[in-house]
Amino acid sequence: MSEAVAHPQALAETYEPSLFGTYSKKIGMWLFLLSDSLTFGALLYAYSYGRISTPHWPTPFHSESIRNATLMTAFLLTSSLTMVLAVRASVFGNAKAQRWWLLATMACGTAFVILHGQEWSNLIAEGLTLPVFPSVPHHTASVEFADVAKTVPQFPATFFGLTGMHMLHVTLGVIYLGIIALRRTFIPILLGLWLIAWLATPAYSPFHYGAHVLLAAAIVCGIIVWLKPKVYDSSDVEVAGLYWHFVDLVWMFIFPLVYLMSTRII
Amino acid sequence: MDAIQVALASRVAEQHRHHGKGQFFWVWGALLVMTGIEVYLAYQNMDPIRMLSILMGLSLIKAGLIIAYFMHMKFEVSRMKWLTMSSLLACLALMCIFFPDAFRILTLGVK
Repeated sequence: MSEAVAHPQALAETYEPSLFGTYSKKIGMWLFLLSDSLTFGALLYAYSYGRISTPHWPTPFHSESIRNATLMTAFLLTSSLTMVLAVRASVFGNAKAQRWWLLATMACGTAFVILHGQEWSNLIAEGLTLPVFPSVPHHTASVEFADVAKTVPQFPATFFGLTGMHMLHVTLGVIYLGIIALRRTFIPILLGLWLIAWLATPAYSPFHYGAHVLLAAAIVCGIIVWLKPKVYDSSDVEVAGLYWHFVDLVWMFIFPLVYLMSTRII
Repeated sequence: MDAIQVALASRVAEQHRHHGKGQFFWVWGALLVMTGIEVYLAYQNMDPIRMLSILMGLSLIKAGLIIAYFMHMKFEVSRMKWLTMSSLLACLALMCIFFPDAFRILTLGVK
């Protein structure tokens, strides 16, 4: 047995092979992603259901919004490329390249979240909002959106629900990659980001409260790295990559369904 | 991680070493081009059903490329490929059962 532990390949050949030909962490992540795709599937179906059953579905996305969303898509696609290069660097044992590619992926993910946040803020300022969001002071809704929240409440509800869930996934993905790349060093950075996000957003913005996700994540990640400190290997990078590609994949359906199918052509 | 898991992880890492870097750039380029086509189509004032079909077709191709190459599903054993993808597609397809009801709402009360 001790000889087998010293030579893991020998031990692997002693037992019957893995059913899926890979390690448990990866299978676990795939199972999580399958269940998560049903969550997004349900949200996308809810959006489509609302659209089919509502005769006067709004088309609020002007060329500026479409340009913004296209740029967000480009950032996510590029982040998937940098992620796959990080996985490649990790299997070759190139720790420095792995860290830089992970940081590049995080930068693209952060750019996506910031652009998305701006998009949300613009729509809310124009009057496309939810009852739970605080009203923007000294600001009247544009004529275009004045009635949407009342006559077609399905639109803001499904739009903010679907894109908000995706934005949360991207944010958590950036944090996940931050822990893989920088380990415990990332915790104070995360706390700094929380403070910036909390203090830099006005009190009526949903992101003022949403920023607390970063604080909650910092606490959870702090507990994890304190209870189980470890150096993350190539398998950890690959599993984190699966999660990251998944959020990219989901956006490939949100972008055409939500944005491109509601483009305002003037 | 126990020894068996380490062995499996090192075997997977060994498989990854044989994948060329170029294919990832090709996939990335193809994804960007398809995104460009989608945006172009959005401004073509097409029939919504036709546009939806084309956009969803392109999205499915993009999803397939991401799963196959970026998520390495193409290089997994066939049992893994079939079990995960078929169960996911079956569950998502079952959700389509609600769509006829959405159409019914439009004509509710009309004989």
